[in-house]
Amino acid sequence: MIPGLGNLMQDVLWCFSQVKGTIDVGVTEADIISTVEFNHTGELLATGDKGGRVVIFQREQESKNQPHRRGEYNVYSTFQSHEPEFDYLKSLEIEEKINKIRWLPQQNAAYFLLSTNDKTVKLWKVSERDKRPEGYNLKDEDGRLRDPSMITSLRVPVLRPMDLMVEATPRRVFANAHTYHINSISVNSDYETYMSADDLRINLWNFEITNQSFNIVDIKPANMEELTEVITAAEFHPHHCNTFVYSSSKGTIRLCDMRTSALCDRHAKFFEEPEDPSNRSFFSEIISSISDVKFSHSGRYIMTRDYLTVKVWDLNMENRPIETYQVHDYLRSKLCSLYENDCIFDKFECVWNGSDSVIMTGSYNNFFRMFDRNTKRDVTLEASRENSKPRAVLKPRKVCVGGKRRKDEISVDSLDFSKKILHTAWHPSENIIAVAATNNLYIFQDKVN
Amino acid sequence: MFMRGLKRKCFDGEEDIEETLAGIKAIPSYNLQRQSLLDMSLVKLQLCHMLVEPNLCRSVLIANTVRQIQEEMTQDGTWQMINMQNTGQASVDRLVSTDILCRSSREQAEGKHVPGYSTFSKDFEGDQAQDSSETMSTASSVQALRNLQSNVWEMENSQENKGNFQKSLDQIFETLENKSPNSVEDLFSEVDNSYYDLDTMLTGMMSNTKMGHCDGLEPFPSPTTTTSSSNCKSDLNELDHIVEILVES
Repeated sequence: MIPGLGNLMQDVLWCFSQVKGTIDVGVTEADIISTVEFNHTGELLATGDKGGRVVIFQREQESKNQPHRRGEYNVYSTFQSHEPEFDYLKSLEIEEKINKIRWLPQQNAAYFLLSTNDKTVKLWKVSERDKRPEGYNLKDEDGRLRDPSMITSLRVPVLRPMDLMVEATPRRVFANAHTYHINSISVNSDYETYMSADDLRINLWNFEITNQSFNIVDIKPANMEELTEVITAAEFHPHHCNTFVYSSSKGTIRLCDMRTSALCDRHAKFFEEPEDPSNRSFFSEIISSISDVKFSHSGRYIMTRDYLTVKVWDLNMENRPIETYQVHDYLRSKLCSLYENDCIFDKFECVWNGSDSVIMTGSYNNFFRMFDRNTKRDVTLEASRENSKPRAVLKPRKVCVGGKRRKDEISVDSLDFSKKILHTAWHPSENIIAVAATNNLYIFQDKVN
Repeated sequence: MFMRGLKRKCFDGEEDIEETLAGIKAIPSYNLQRQSLLDMSLVKLQLCHMLVEPNLCRSVLIANTVRQIQEEMTQDGTWQMINMQNTGQASVDRLVSTDILCRSSREQAEGKHVPGYSTFSKDFEGDQAQDSSETMSTASSVQALRNLQSNVWEMENSQENKGNFQKSLDQIFETLENKSPNSVEDLFSEVDNSYYDLDTMLTGMMSNTKMGHCDGLEPFPSPTTTTSSSNCKSDLNELDHIVEILVES
C-alpha cells in the first residue's frame, strides 16, 4: 500500500488492532489518558495520564511469519513523569496530570520527549541498555571496592550482553515560568528551542537552559478586571522556525513572526471568521472557543477545533476558513444542557494524517470522526470493546436527530456524554491511528488486503 | 442584541409561552430562561473545585456569558419590567423554576460551606481560616448579585449600572492576582455573613419589590458580622507575618 498518500475514504476500511487498558467498570481517575502522541517515525507511541505517568509503546518489527500482525505496539517503557505538588502560597494543589507530550526528532540512539503538567515541563531521555561492563579492576562483581593491595593483575573490562533494559531519565526540568496553566508545548523546527503556552503567556525555551526563558506573548491585561480572552493552544510552524500560531477563547488565531520583535504582542496575521448572525445565542462565544490548533505537515494550512466544528484555514487567507466540517451539529439544540453539565467546556483535539488529506477528531459516546478533504466524505466510528475482535472492520456509526430512528442508528438523547474522545493521534506515514477513550487506548489500522 | 423574535437556539427547543398568573408551571418564558441561565452562570463561577485552581478559560467564558446576559437585560429594560409586574404568586413560580435549575449546585453550597467556594479568593490567603476564605468568595458573588439587583433600582443610570456590574465581575477576576493586604482589607470590610445562604440571597432578590435607590437594599440582620470581620483581620495579620518570614528567609 502507499502509506498515507491519496487514500480515498471508500478504499480505507478501518480495523481494530489493539486495545490497552483495563476493562474494569469503575475507572480509576489516575488512569484516564490525557494525551497521545506518535514520534516522528511512528515507531513509538506515547501516552500520558492523569496520574502523571507516561507509557511508551514500541512497534514490533514486522515479521514474515505473521503478516497479519502488522507491527503491534507493545509497552516499551513506563515512568512517573510528574508528581502531585502543593503550592503553599496559594493553598492549591498542582495536578500531576500530563497535559501534553511532544517528541524530539531522533538524533542518536536515545529518544527524547517533552512532557508537561500545568506548571512544569520536563525533558525525558529514554534509552536502551542491553550490555553491561564486567571485569572491573577496582571493584568486584557486586560493586564493592576491592582492597588495592590485593590486586595482582590488570584486566580490561568487557561488555557482556544483558536483558534489554529501557530506562527513562529526566534530563531537564523547566519550572517556575508559568503563573497560569500550561495548555501547549511545541518543539521548534530548529530542534534547539521549544515553546510552552499557558492561559495568558507563551514562553520560549532553549533545551539547554532551564533557569531562563523568553516571554514571547503576553496577553495579560494590566488590570485583570479587563480579562475577556485567554490563549487556548499554540504551535510552531513545521518548517519556519520564526513562525508560530496561537488560538484564543474567542475563536481567533494569531500568527506571529519572532523576527519582528522580542515580544510578539502584535500579530503578523489574524484569522477570524465573521459570526453568523442567524446562529447567535448566549452560547455563541463559548462554542467558538478554539480547543486545538494544528499546522498541516506541509505548513500551508492550519486546522482548528471548536466545540461543534473543525475548520481548515489557508495561511494566506485570514478572513475565513477554506473548509468547515460539522463534527456533531445535532448538539446545537442541546447547548443549554451541555452548558449546565459543563460538557460545553470539553476540549477536543484534532489531527492530520500524514499526507494532510484526511483530518480526524473525537466526539461523545466514544465516537470519533474522520473527514476526507478531497472527496468530502466523512465517517463516524466508535471505539468500544464490542468491536474489539482482532482485525474486525469498524462499522460506520450514525446519530439520528429526530423522527424515526433506523435500526443501527443511535438517537441524540441516548449518547453517553461521559465517554468522550478528546485525544487522538495519527501515525506520521501510515494509516494507523491511536484513540484514547477514557482509560483505554485503542489502535486501529486499515485493512490489509 | 439578541432578538426575542428569532428562534432561540440556546434553550432546548422550548417554546415561548407566557406564564399565567395562576402560577401554573408552564414552559418558562424567554425572560425566565434567561434569568435561570444567569443564575446558573453565577453559581458556576462560585462553585469551583476547592483543591485545584479553577480552569481560567472556563471562568472567563462563563463571566463573558454573564456580562452578555446582563447587557441584554439592561438594554431590554426587562429587568425593571419583571419586577413591576411582580405578583406574589408569580414570584413564587420564578423561585421554583430557578430552584430547579440551581438545586443540585445550591444543595452543595448549603451543605458544604466549609470546603468553600471559589478558589479565585485563594490567591489572597496562604493559610487563612476557612470561613474567611468563604467570606471572601461569597462576598465576590454577593457583590455580583447585589450589583445586579442594583441595576433594577437605577435603570436611569444604565451606564453606572454597567459599571457596577462590571466592577463586581471584575472583583472576581481581581482575586486571581496576589493583591496587597490593604485592598484585601477593603473587600473584607464589606462582608456580610448572612449571604452564606445562597437560598436567602436569591429569595431576597426575587421577592424584593421595593423601587428605590440601590442603597435601600438593607443587609439581612447579622449579629455575627463584627466577630467574623475581626477574625478576618486577625487572620490577615497572620498572613502578613507569614509573608514577612518568607521574604526575610
